[in-house]
Amino acid sequence: MIVRLQEKFPASVLEVATFREEVTVTVPKEDIFEICKFLCSDPDLRFEFLTDLCGVDFFPRTPRFEVVYLLYSMKNNQRLRLKTRVGENESVSSVESIWKAANWLEREAYDLFGISFANHPDLRRILLWDGYEGHPLRKDFPVEGPDFDKPFNPEA
Amino acid sequence: MAETRFMTINMGPQHPATHGVLRLVLELDGEVVVNVTPHLGHLHRGVEKLAESKTYHQVIPLTDRLDYTNAMGNNLAYVLAVEKLLGIEVPRRAQYLRVMMTELQRIAAHLIWLGTHALDIGAMTLLLYNFREREEILNIFEAVAGGRLTPTYLRIGGVSKDLPEGIEGKIREFVQAFPGHLKEYETLLTENVIWLKRTKGVGFISKEDAINWGVTGPTLRGSGVKWDVRKAFPYSSYDEFDFDIPIGLNGDVYDRYLVRLRELEWSNSIARQALERLPKGPIIAGDPKVALPEKEMVLQDIASLIRHFKIVSEGFQAPVGEVYASVEASKGELGFYIVSDGSNHPFRMRIRPPSFLNLGALHKMIVGGLIADVISAIGSIDIVLGEIDR
Repeated sequence: MIVRLQEKFPASVLEVATFREEVTVTVPKEDIFEICKFLCSDPDLRFEFLTDLCGVDFFPRTPRFEVVYLLYSMKNNQRLRLKTRVGENESVSSVESIWKAANWLEREAYDLFGISFANHPDLRRILLWDGYEGHPLRKDFPVEGPDFDKPFNPEA
Repeated sequence: MAETRFMTINMGPQHPATHGVLRLVLELDGEVVVNVTPHLGHLHRGVEKLAESKTYHQVIPLTDRLDYTNAMGNNLAYVLAVEKLLGIEVPRRAQYLRVMMTELQRIAAHLIWLGTHALDIGAMTLLLYNFREREEILNIFEAVAGGRLTPTYLRIGGVSKDLPEGIEGKIREFVQAFPGHLKEYETLLTENVIWLKRTKGVGFISKEDAINWGVTGPTLRGSGVKWDVRKAFPYSSYDEFDFDIPIGLNGDVYDRYLVRLRELEWSNSIARQALERLPKGPIIAGDPKVALPEKEMVLQDIASLIRHFKIVSEGFQAPVGEVYASVEASKGELGFYIVSDGSNHPFRMRIRPPSFLNLGALHKMIVGGLIADVISAIGSIDIVLGEIDR
């Protein structure tokens, strides 16, 4: 599987790591869409199920975010984790047109991390309300919330 | 010339048929649904953020409160992920106890689904029957773990307590009586004309769409995909149990109903097998750095007391790495993705919520159908907002 990926995208496989029998491949964010498309449609691999998509914040490292894609192939009963690094004001290409499941998952990553996805059809907050300020899962966001020590004022 | 106009209707967040605080904004052309916009997050508690400031043990009670109808299953998914991260083996007795409890929990969760789903569509009697059986399961949980809705029974490396005296007889009674109760439910619904009219051909989703939208669990199997985490990636010795994965043919509300009924049967059978073949031995892994000592020992022995204090107050250091472990929860694939930086708490804990992705496919199921069928479709995907909003 990794060999096929390396053959197809020789310059894009930056790192392959295996921990507890789970394979993680790191790729540059420019190529994520093409790689996902290939992995989903290749007749031997058939990663047609996007199990999960989420962000991870490594603040203060730069680029600070990682977007993690967990793919699953029903044909081979195999999982693959793809990762790509994204900076604070950069955007990564949306995979919504490959897997519809990515629609809400990307909205969630946008909502909680502020990672923006290019070409997403409907990039709005999903769990928090419109007009909310900040992105709670960022490491520089306090657990108790930014307005914890301020008096409650329903008028404001 | 007649003017076409769509009507916008707000459904929820306080609506009995949305099973929690889900808000749907429906656009209607007469009685036909043209578009739906779900608004989530009314129950968002920031569990993923909270977990980053807790030790690995302290996260277990948080997981009970995700899908609160399936607390044992949530515990299991989380502890499996941590055990994978640590690379520890769980004793066989604990594995069997976990299987037995999660299968009983699946029965309880499916019973809530059946009762409320039938109630939404107008069959009220069933709810009373379902809660009668669910009560017995919750009594078993209370005796075993001390809690009913949120038992927090599982521990990293095993389970918190062994079975109390006399409970095996109670569980045996339950698994023997349950197939008879299941027949009662079927008599009320399976060939009921009103039930058939409200569910057959309603809320359809195809195999390809279900996969593309990331749907899992009974909702996926109702569309004819024979896939179950328990078979694909057997955990907690599920490969030693004899069971089948029921699937549907048409991908409508009725098929999802049939799939869940057959699952009830199989869950009962797995629970019985686990009870009959329950191995003897320890209930928690021997690793003293991770596993809590038994309460008895803590009260008698100074070394155990110190160990207990260390684990509870500062936890343990996990190796650097990232793992994903998932279980077949009652709603679908529930996964935990944990990134560890080597400290005593998760650096990042991501929950892969099955209800969240299943609800994403709601659009596919109800657009083009009648507004009355929205109720059946929501009921049939069996969502719990505690897990969607986290």
